Amino acid sequence: MTETGARKETGMGSGDELLELAEKQVALGEVRGGPAADPVNIPMIRHWLDAMGDANRSYLDKGVSPPAMAQVWTMPGVRRGAKDRSPVDDVLAALDAAGYTGVVATNCEQTYHRPARVGERLTPATRFSGLIGPKRTALGEGYFATWNVTWYGEGDAPVAEMMFRVLKFRPRRRRETPVADAPATAPVTTAPATAPVTTAPVTAAPAGKAPYPLRPAHNRDTAFFWEGVRQGELRIQSCADCGRLRHPPGPVCPSCRSTSRSYVVARGEGTVFSYVVHHHPPVPGRETPFVVAVVELPEGVRIVGNVVDCPPDAVGIGMELRATYRAMDDEVILPMWVPRES
Amino acid sequence: MRTLTEDQIEIGAVLPELSIDLTPTVVVSTALATMDFTPVHHDVEGARAQGSRDIFLNILTTMGLVERYVTDWTGPEAIIRRINVKLGVPAYAGDRLDFNGTVVTQDGPDYTVEVRGKVSLGDHATATVTFTLPSDETA
Repeated sequence: MTETGARKETGMGSGDELLELAEKQVALGEVRGGPAADPVNIPMIRHWLDAMGDANRSYLDKGVSPPAMAQVWTMPGVRRGAKDRSPVDDVLAALDAAGYTGVVATNCEQTYHRPARVGERLTPATRFSGLIGPKRTALGEGYFATWNVTWYGEGDAPVAEMMFRVLKFRPRRRRETPVADAPATAPVTTAPATAPVTTAPVTAAPAGKAPYPLRPAHNRDTAFFWEGVRQGELRIQSCADCGRLRHPPGPVCPSCRSTSRSYVVARGEGTVFSYVVHHHPPVPGRETPFVVAVVELPEGVRIVGNVVDCPPDAVGIGMELRATYRAMDDEVILPMWVPRES
Repeated sequence: MRTLTEDQIEIGAVLPELSIDLTPTVVVSTALATMDFTPVHHDVEGARAQGSRDIFLNILTTMGLVERYVTDWTGPEAIIRRINVKLGVPAYAGDRLDFNGTVVTQDGPDYTVEVRGKVSLGDHATATVTFTLPSDETA
């Protein structure tokens, strides 16, 4: 541990401190752990195949481990005492201490050099390979941490390697966050924040009635907007004193500083001012790729939203759109955009 | 069970779909078989306390199921060289995990298959799996 463990709040320099710590851990290079508790063995392979529903008998016949079982051999077990310290632990602990307490895995890439044979005892070695951030993500601000594990057999030749990446994020607020703190889950996106939707962009009616996993930001500033959406209206905030329109909604007019506000109902038409096609990372409740556009309204403001009902490669700057309102589940309706001629 | 031969694999070939009913038994038995005792994979109350709606598959199992999906199709003698998975939404108990796959490239002896594992919330895993076929003598 480092002294960062005691820190509760991140100050201005803490991002740099996190990155400095990460650099130090990268410099440690590969750190070997202890050997597996059990050598590669037939009962555990049989049990694994059985649980996976894998009818492939060749592993048992040949006495080799299924490749995807590589990591299983060096898992710590239920209460086998403290696991080996790895260069990753200090970085994750520092992120926790800095408030980035949520974690979701985003990538797992394994390469298999040769089969691990029955009787062979594997030893893992871990290398911290990088920290990237802070990044704005759908789950909150966070850092992507990447590490590599190599499993060695007898004779020091690597049997398998893995690259593993997680997002450590600062949970946005207390509410149902279906993926927060779950070690083996999901996604996260850096898609442009849709004002006033704070979460990732969304589309398409749900299959069945599963609750849509992302909820728009609902507060006193944005309530009128969502009330409008429920009625099939695109409402744009206006200053009740000088009349200027503003979006996203906010408490004060940036023009005359009045806090009196009203809204107008937009015509529900617009053109693509700019857009991105989101391919990766995955977003809960969404199928990639999808389009996120900045839509310019004739009323004079721009609004971020998904362009749906057309292939991503049909979208272009200047494309004419009209608003549509999509029920994501029993509660959430989101405004989206479709090509105007459709 | 036979293993595919080179002339039986074409770029663009589509793998047979596999649909797995994610019963609590599947989630728990695979978590234990992969030596992963994290409570969110076997303890419903624990999983809910963390904000998840139920227990869900662990990553080691996702890797194992992706491997199984491809070797179910190739036959037992194919050698899996690499599995790259992008992790998506959780695969909860009570859901179904539907795999589909397509052969996308051949680079010398290496074939690469793109695999998607979908659940009701969206893509659980988007993967590429690279394998080689055994040489003729052992086939």
